[in-house]
This record gives sequence, structure tokens and C-alpha cells, in this order.
Amino acid sequence: MAMLEVNDIHTYYGNIHALQGVSLEVEEGEIVTLIGANGAGKTTTLRTISKLLTPRQGNILFEGEDIAQYAPHEMVFKGVAMVPEGRGVFARLTVAENLDMGAFSRDDTKGIKQDLERVFTLFPRLKERRSQVAGTLSGGEQQMLATGRALMAHPRLMLMDEPSMGLAPILVEDTFKTIKAINEEGTTILLVEQNATMAFSVADRGYVLQTGEIVLDDTAENLKANEMVQKAYLGIE
Amino acid sequence: MFNKSIDIRDVIINGLLAGLISLSLSVIGLIALLSEREIISGLFTTGHIFLVGAPFAMAYVTAGKVLSEEKSKALGYGLLIGVVASVFIVVLTTLATFFDIRRFLVNVTPVLIEFLTFGKSLLIGNILIVVMMGVIGLVGAGLRILPEQFKHPLTSGLGWTIILGMFSEILASRIRAFFGRGVHKLIFTGKAFNVVSATILLVLIVGFTYWNDLRKKDQPEKEEVNDQTDGTKKRLQRIKMGVFGVLLLIAPLLLGTYLTEVTNNVGLYILMGLGLNIVVGFAGLLDLGYVGFFAVGAYVMGVLTSEGALGLGFTFWTALPVAVLASTLAGVILGIPVLGMRGDYLAIVTMGFGEIIRILALSDLLKPYIGGAQGVLQIPKPELFGLTLLHPRHIYYIILVGVLIAVYVSWRLRDSRLGRQWMALREDEDVAEAMGINLVSTKLLAFGIGAFFGGLSGAIFASKLSSIFPHSFNLVVSINVLSLIIVGGLGSLPGVIVGALILVGLPELLREFAEHRMLMYGILLIVMMLSKPEGFIPSKVLQRELHAHEEPEPVSSD
Ligand SMILES: Nc1ncnc2c1ncn2[C@@H]1O[C@H](COP(=O)(O)OP(=O)(O)OP(=O)(O)O)[C@@H](O)[C@H]1O
Ligand SMILES: [Mg+2]
Repeated sequence: MAMLEVNDIHTYYGNIHALQGVSLEVEEGEIVTLIGANGAGKTTTLRTISKLLTPRQGNILFEGEDIAQYAPHEMVFKGVAMVPEGRGVFARLTVAENLDMGAFSRDDTKGIKQDLERVFTLFPRLKERRSQVAGTLSGGEQQMLATGRALMAHPRLMLMDEPSMGLAPILVEDTFKTIKAINEEGTTILLVEQNATMAFSVADRGYVLQTGEIVLDDTAENLKANEMVQKAYLGIE
Repeated sequence: MFNKSIDIRDVIINGLLAGLISLSLSVIGLIALLSEREIISGLFTTGHIFLVGAPFAMAYVTAGKVLSEEKSKALGYGLLIGVVASVFIVVLTTLATFFDIRRFLVNVTPVLIEFLTFGKSLLIGNILIVVMMGVIGLVGAGLRILPEQFKHPLTSGLGWTIILGMFSEILASRIRAFFGRGVHKLIFTGKAFNVVSATILLVLIVGFTYWNDLRKKDQPEKEEVNDQTDGTKKRLQRIKMGVFGVLLLIAPLLLGTYLTEVTNNVGLYILMGLGLNIVVGFAGLLDLGYVGFFAVGAYVMGVLTSEGALGLGFTFWTALPVAVLASTLAGVILGIPVLGMRGDYLAIVTMGFGEIIRILALSDLLKPYIGGAQGVLQIPKPELFGLTLLHPRHIYYIILVGVLIAVYVSWRLRDSRLGRQWMALREDEDVAEAMGINLVSTKLLAFGIGAFFGGLSGAIFASKLSSIFPHSFNLVVSINVLSLIIVGGLGSLPGVIVGALILVGLPELLREFAEHRMLMYGILLIVMMLSKPEGFIPSKVLQRELHAHEEPEPVSSD
């Protein structure tokens, strides 16, 4: 049984049929990437998985359970955390307060402390800047903070929405290293990316989304070699 | 800061501005009203203070922008500001003497003109006002350029003497109550300080501040013995808390009936402020219909306990839980339809809610149950152990308990999980949602708990007043409560108390303001937003945000 099973979901924004039958699976321990052009429906897919949107058709199973019965906040308790697109951090709060917020659902003081240490080990920069107001962090630092905050919920499945967006190439590389490291410590990751090259370098498998439909799914290796993917997403003619 | 230094044109503009303020306060009638309130018997009144306040402050501020070496320039500017400002008053008195301007400026009364010309002829009066304002400008500028060690004691001394002088009527009555006529006669002439007592007061305050400043300056040098000072500091803190507690307990004895009554009104607003602070300050939900919950609490209390035709025979104590629960429920009910709304929309819809409650209270439909425009009468006072709590000082203790509960609950909630969810909601609703915060329950709890305290306040209000009418529950109440938490500092608990004291307590003490209350609110809010937008006692987040550009946040460990 896969950790996450998305079965033929159709999600709408009013009349806009954004997801037109998306199916995908994520196995425990994997990094799975979802790539696609702007407006393909990647963010919509993640928001549907975290219950911020409800599909009109199809179902989603997390660890074998249909998530339809859960409210968004219950998904965090279930072990699904999202790093939102465009680094949603609490701009007026400090780094430490932001991280604290990530653990709002937890009571285990000890576990929270351990996770904080873990975040600071992954992102030493955040430790230095713990009392800085998040809104004044650089873009890259805000991305670290958003990721760190999601980790503070101690998720088993982390949904990441374009973590490399707007970062300098050198930072992008760091970001993906960190993603790999988080995964190796036992967190399963569903990674939405524009930067297909980098995504394939860390992912086990991938899906290609085109105007609300999955058009390809394969191992990262095979996708990298696929002619259509090379043309459309890797910039190789 | 060379670029900040100002030239003569700015000075004249500042003088004109100051004069305009003095003129406005005169023509709206405030100065004449306040001229009844003596500060030093036979010497000057609160009217004078308000007349020269603006030129004084303007001279003080302007002198601060002159390079510190150019002392005579600063003084000259101060003088100029005073003289320029006085021109407005001269024009006013002259016009009023020769034309009948009272036809369109109704408050330019003979009393005002007599006050502005010091009871002398127009010419002499005008010369006097120019000289006086010039001197005030000089003094303002002079105070500014004094070395810090004298400036602080002098400004405190002058400030406190004037403030105490403004309230000398109350002070005098308390002193007479405690120390008898003899002492009273010694200090006061009529209702105001006499020259001797005022001078002694001034010297005492200046001396004390000077000494206190010196003491403080010495202290930082002893910082090596950190642990010890920490220990004594804690003990000192505990002693202070103890003294404060005792003062709270015996306050009605010290204050007397009138001041206790004022304190009670302030207390009811503190209760409402603490409730609304949860909704607006903690959760960031702008609620303009807060008076609705106050009304529900008051009406439920009124109808359940009234001894008139409407009454249902409850006692204060059996009705209280019902009233508070009803308003909590009203909070949740209001919360449901506005769950998806933010910002401006939320403000408008909640405002509508408050109006609906008031109109329902007025309506013929509900008249058989809650009295319509006639309101609910004959609401009994609470009883305790067979004793009827008639006197304001009894009500004081009920309100005190309510406020203490509200402070405790707010304080504990702020640091709880729910408090953090509110904070997330306030900071960014979208991020909060993406983090898995249950927006529905978080919002409804904020509305519900906020309404709880509004209802509590309303219930006590009904019983305290013995009768309630729909017109007591209009939008102005909501605005007052919102203003007081903004002035105090959004999200800050001590801020609520300070805000209520300033916005509710002060106008009651300076009854002359009653008529101009909304005007004063407006002015105070504008001045606050310009000079201290985070409020008198800001919460951490606000302080950081609004002064982020001034100084970097010190890096603290934790
Ligand atoms: N709130 C909304 N209301 C209406 N339409 C929306 C809304 N959000 C997204 N859409 C539409 O749904 C489609 C999918 O959007 P989505 O945000 O999922 O794209 P995406 O793949 O994440 O794109 P990008 O790479 O630019 O982030 C787009 O056509 C978009 O315009
Ligand atoms: Mg997107």
C-alpha cells in the first residue's frame, strides 16, 4: 500500500476545471516530483492533498484512509505538512516565533526541542537569525524558514511547492541538498518543481502534469531521458 | 544632522499651525469652558493651558531641530512661534469686538473674549496676549535646550503640577475628607491650589525627579553583581505587586463615592476592552459590532431580574451565567456568517450586527419582552449574603473580580496553543490555513470568548444602572472600545487598562470635555497614530513592526 494514493481527482475553482483526473502515488520514503508548466495545476494538486480544496470527484488515501473525512488542520495531525508556494512565512514574527508556530499542534516539549535542533542543524543560518523578523529575511532564508516551519510539525509526508523559486543557482543547489537530507532522515516528500533538472536529480520518480492531467509518469531516470520532457522541461532541443 | 535643521520659513509655518490650533480650541468653545477650571487660584486656569499648549509644544519641538550650539537661535525661534501664534488670537478678539461674528461662530461668547483679553481693554489685552505667547514660546524653546539633567526634572515638575492642578477639585475634596478643613484650607483656595502650595508641589516634584535621575544614573555601574540585583529586583517586584494589590482592594475607601463611580465606568470599559482585545488584538478580526454583545448581556440580565412587569424573577447571581452564556452564543452566531470575511468586509458586517441588536431592542416586535424604546426598568442590585450591594463601592468589587478574571484568562490564552493559532490567524490567514490551523474553530472561539467578556460587562452595567435603554447600545460604544485598545496598544493587556483610563476616565473627570468628547477622541487618535502608532504600552509584535526601520532587533538568546 502506498503512503499516498491520489485517485482520479477533479478539482474546480468555481467553473474552472483545474484538475481533470489526476492520479498519483507516493511510497513511504520516496521523493516524488510533480513537474509541469505554469498553470498546469501543480499547486492545486498539493492544496487538494492537504484538504485546502475538496475534489468534486475521485478520492485521496493517506496511509490507506480516505482523507475526505478530515478537516485541513487534521491533516497536520495525520502527518502531512505543506511548505506553501512563495514562502508563506509570518512576516511580522521572528524566526523563532515562526518555527514555534510550526509546532502549534504538538504537546511533546521534548520532541519539539529535538525538531528545533534538527532544523537548526539543517539550516544554521536560521539559528543565527532566530530573533530577526521574518519579513526582513532574504528570499532564500525565508524559504529555509518555511521549510523549517513545516518540519516543526514533524510530518511523515511533506508537500513542497516550488522551493527553488526565485533563488540564485548556488542556493538552488543547497536547497535540493537539504531536501535530500530531510528525505534521508525519514520524511517522504512530494515535490512540485519548475526546475526539472534539479528535481530529477533528487527524486526517485516523477509525474508530468499538463493542463490538469497527468501525461507521463516514470522513474526520474527515464523521465530525464524522455524526449518530450527534454524538449518541454529541460530546455534540450 | 544638518539636513534636518530648519529655516525661518518652517518656523513661521509652525507658528501659524500652533496659532491655528489655539484659535480652533477657542472658537469651538473649549477654552471658555476650561477657563472655569482653575489650576492655581487667581493665577491661571486649564483654559490658559489649552490656549498656550500648542505654541509651547511647537516651540519645544522646533527648538529641538536647531543645532545644539545655536542656543540663541533656538530661543529666537521659540519667541517667534509664540508671537506668530498669538496673531490668530489678536485677530479673533479684534474681529469679535467690531463685528458680530457670533452669528456664525456661536461659541465666540463675550466670556471667551473677556478671557482672551484678560478682562482688559482690547488694546491692552492684545498686547498682553502677544507678550504671553511670546514668553511661552521662549519657555518652550528654553526648556528644550536645557541640559538633560535639568530638562527632565523641570518638565516633569511642570507637567505634574499642571495635571494635578487640573484635577485639584477632586484632589481637594479627597484631602478634605481625610485631613479635614484645616489642611484643605492650607493647600487650596476654593477648588484650586494656592500659589504657595503649587510652588511647594513644583519644587518637591522637581527635586524628587532630579534625585531619582541621579540615583538611576549611578545604578548601571553596579551591574557586575547581577545575580544579587536580580534577586532584590524580584523581591522589589513582589513588594510592588503586593502594594498594588492592597491599593486595588482599598481603592473605594481612598477614592470616595464619585471617583469610585468613575472607576466603575472605567472598569466596565476595561472588561469590554479585554474582550475585544481577544478578537481584534489577538486574532486580528476587526469587529465593529462589539456593543451587540454588551447589549445582549445587559438585556438578558435586565429581563431576567427586573422587578417590573417584564421581569422573570431571577437574582443577579442566577441571571449572570445566563447573560454571559447568551452573549457568548451571540458571539459564535455572529462568527458563523463572517467566517469567510476579512478586513473591511468583516468590519462592515459586524457593524451591521451591532446595529441589528440595537434595532431589535427598539423594535415593536420584541417590545412585549424587552420593552422597546422604554427599555427595561427596575433592575435590582445584586445581593450577597442577604446584603443588597447598593453602593458604587460594592459594584466596584464585582467589576474588579470580573476584570481580574478577564486579565488572567487573556494572559493565559495568549501563551496557549489557541493563542498561537490566533496569532497565526492575525499574521496571515492563508499561511495559517496552509499550516493546518482550523480557521473555523479558531475564529469562533475568538468571537465567543470576546463576547463572553462583553456580555459580562453588559450584565454588570444593567444591574449597576437599574434601567437600560436601547440608545445606550449604539455604535459609539463599539468605537470607544476599539479606540481604547488602539490607544493603549493593540494586543497588550496593560494597554487596555491605560487606554480605558485615558479615553473613559479622563473625560469623566474633565467634564468640560463631555461635549467635545468625540472631537478629543479624533484628535488623540490622529496624534497617536502619527507619533506613537503602536499605542502607549505596545505589544511585542507591534512595537517591532512599527520601529523596525529605527533600530535593529537585539539578538537575544532563547
Ligand atoms: N483561486 C483560484 N481561482 C480561480 N482559478 C484558479 C485559482 N487558483 C488557480 N487557478 C487556476 O487553476 C489553474 C491551475 O493553477 P495552479 O496554481 O495549480 O498552477 P501551478 O501548476 O501551480 O502553476 P505555477 O507553476 O505557475 O505555480 C490555473 O489555470 C489557475 O489560473
Ligand atoms: Mg503553483
